[in-house]
Amino acid sequence: MRSLVRNRVVRRVAGTVGTLFGVAVFVFVMLRAIPGNQITANLGTEAAALTPAQQQALERYYGLDQPLVTQFFSWLGNMFTGNFGYSARAQQSVLDLTLQSLPVTFELAVFSIVLALLIGVPLGMLAASRTNSARDAAGQVVSLAGLSIPAFLLATTLLSVFAASFGFNPNGQGFVSLFEDPLLNLQQMFMPSLVLGFGIAAPILRTTRTAVLEVRSNDFVRTARAKGVPERRLQVRHVLGNALVPIVTMTGLQFGYLLGGAVVVEQIFSVPGIGRQVLLGIQQKEYAVVQSTVLVIALAFVIVNLLTDVLYRIIDPRVRAS
Amino acid sequence: MSALLRRSPAGLSGVVILVVLAVVAALSYAGLLPYDPIAQNPPSRFLAPSGEHLFGTDQFGRDVFSRVAAGVGNSALIAVVAVAFATVVGTLGGLVSGFYRGLADGAIGGVTNVLFAFPPLLLALSLASVLTRNWFTVAVAIAIVYVPIFIRVTRGPVLSLREIEYVKAAVSTGQSRWQIMFRHVLPNISSIIVIQVALSLSWAVLTEASLSFLGLGTPPPAPSLGSMIFEARSLVFIAPWTLIAPGAVVVLLVVGLNLLGDGLRDTLDPRNRGKR
Repeated sequence: MRSLVRNRVVRRVAGTVGTLFGVAVFVFVMLRAIPGNQITANLGTEAAALTPAQQQALERYYGLDQPLVTQFFSWLGNMFTGNFGYSARAQQSVLDLTLQSLPVTFELAVFSIVLALLIGVPLGMLAASRTNSARDAAGQVVSLAGLSIPAFLLATTLLSVFAASFGFNPNGQGFVSLFEDPLLNLQQMFMPSLVLGFGIAAPILRTTRTAVLEVRSNDFVRTARAKGVPERRLQVRHVLGNALVPIVTMTGLQFGYLLGGAVVVEQIFSVPGIGRQVLLGIQQKEYAVVQSTVLVIALAFVIVNLLTDVLYRIIDPRVRAS
Repeated sequence: MSALLRRSPAGLSGVVILVVLAVVAALSYAGLLPYDPIAQNPPSRFLAPSGEHLFGTDQFGRDVFSRVAAGVGNSALIAVVAVAFATVVGTLGGLVSGFYRGLADGAIGGVTNVLFAFPPLLLALSLASVLTRNWFTVAVAIAIVYVPIFIRVTRGPVLSLREIEYVKAAVSTGQSRWQIMFRHVLPNISSIIVIQVALSLSWAVLTEASLSFLGLGTPPPAPSLGSMIFEARSLVFIAPWTLIAPGAVVVLLVVGLNLLGDGLRDTLDPRNRGKR
């Protein structure tokens, strides 16, 4: 039995490594599809004025004279040793940039998820408590709004209302980290996490509602009620406890989406997260930055999904019991 | 469709919204807009909404209604092309993957896993940034993100269908695999695909709008709802209608598609029949 479990874990990890290799190939090929190269990106139209000798020297310097396969493995090898490339715009290595931006996005994602759970789970339980009632309809409206209002529209509206009408714009004064100035940092995180949290609350609300309805129709809930378990304990321990598995899966998935997927909101509120790092790389045509950062994001995304998988195995009462 | 209208009031309201927006979009395709959505007319800048300019005019004196209508047409075109591409390629992939299993399944599963390893918006963003930018490449970028979703949605049901008696019977009558796939398997997963199409359309509209908000969508001066909202950010207090009109329309479009998707799910999904 134990070896069976271990085999599955080993297979899953091997599969993940294979996927990540595929991701690296995909990212590499995708960025090679762009017309031009590192030289034209750096020099712009001046690249046309290079003599053949200069052209050759630069190609050798960037390793562009090597076959593509060699270029790919040299990039991958460099990634493993922590050499992610260099950003001329930021005058920093991509590793340093990533070490600054990844925790910012992580913090934003945590706050957004917490807000989403605070909105989504209670409303979902409330909606499920009496189907086709007014409270159910209210839940449907909230989730429809969350699914349908684009984050950039909500963010733009919030920002103009708060900044212009109340003079509240903590994001206008340069980002500070949680450790530099916790109070200002929390203020700066407030609007972006509210926007993201509202959007994510919708799928969490729907998942909660469906899961609670599903669990409640089970025999063990009737048994528990019959043997006199107090209603509150029944709802929390028996119903929510068993409904937790799909909710956690959905939460983990949404958390993963935020790594990189928060790019629009990061851009609007000038939050220097990892999504914005990709976007700036694209805008400045710094493809080395884009290539390495996208790979890091995919890695983080895959790890989050793996952890979600592990987590739901831990919290699933059926798995826990056996 | 008629069952949808009878059984799901939400689905019905979705259809109504979409029909109204389709008429507006059709105006732009037919060249029947009241004004040219692109031509600038500086003397009539920032006119408030009136009988002459239904949604007012913007910073270049362009008619906002005409621009919104053209933007809806543009969004709808991109979303439909993207989802059509994803549906055909993804469904075919899922069918082959689930029906043939073995090597084909492994290869398709590998590609699916790679594409699923990216947050969707980031993938669309990266793809849109490397392709030369026009409406078609934006559609392709969005389509590539949704192909693996269709593969995964169809593969599971196909796997269980191929074990069912009538499919086995079809195999024993000597029909070719492709005949079985299209004649016996595909019709049985069609409702799952239809639901997924409606939901994917709403995501595609949102993704397209996000991309053009970031400047990676259809290039200007072609009107797009996302880029109109981007330009309106600094104009909110001079001319609020430049934000409200495209904002309301993009929300309406996505609400319509979501309502339609929910309605279809309630009506078509066998697990939901008789429930609610």
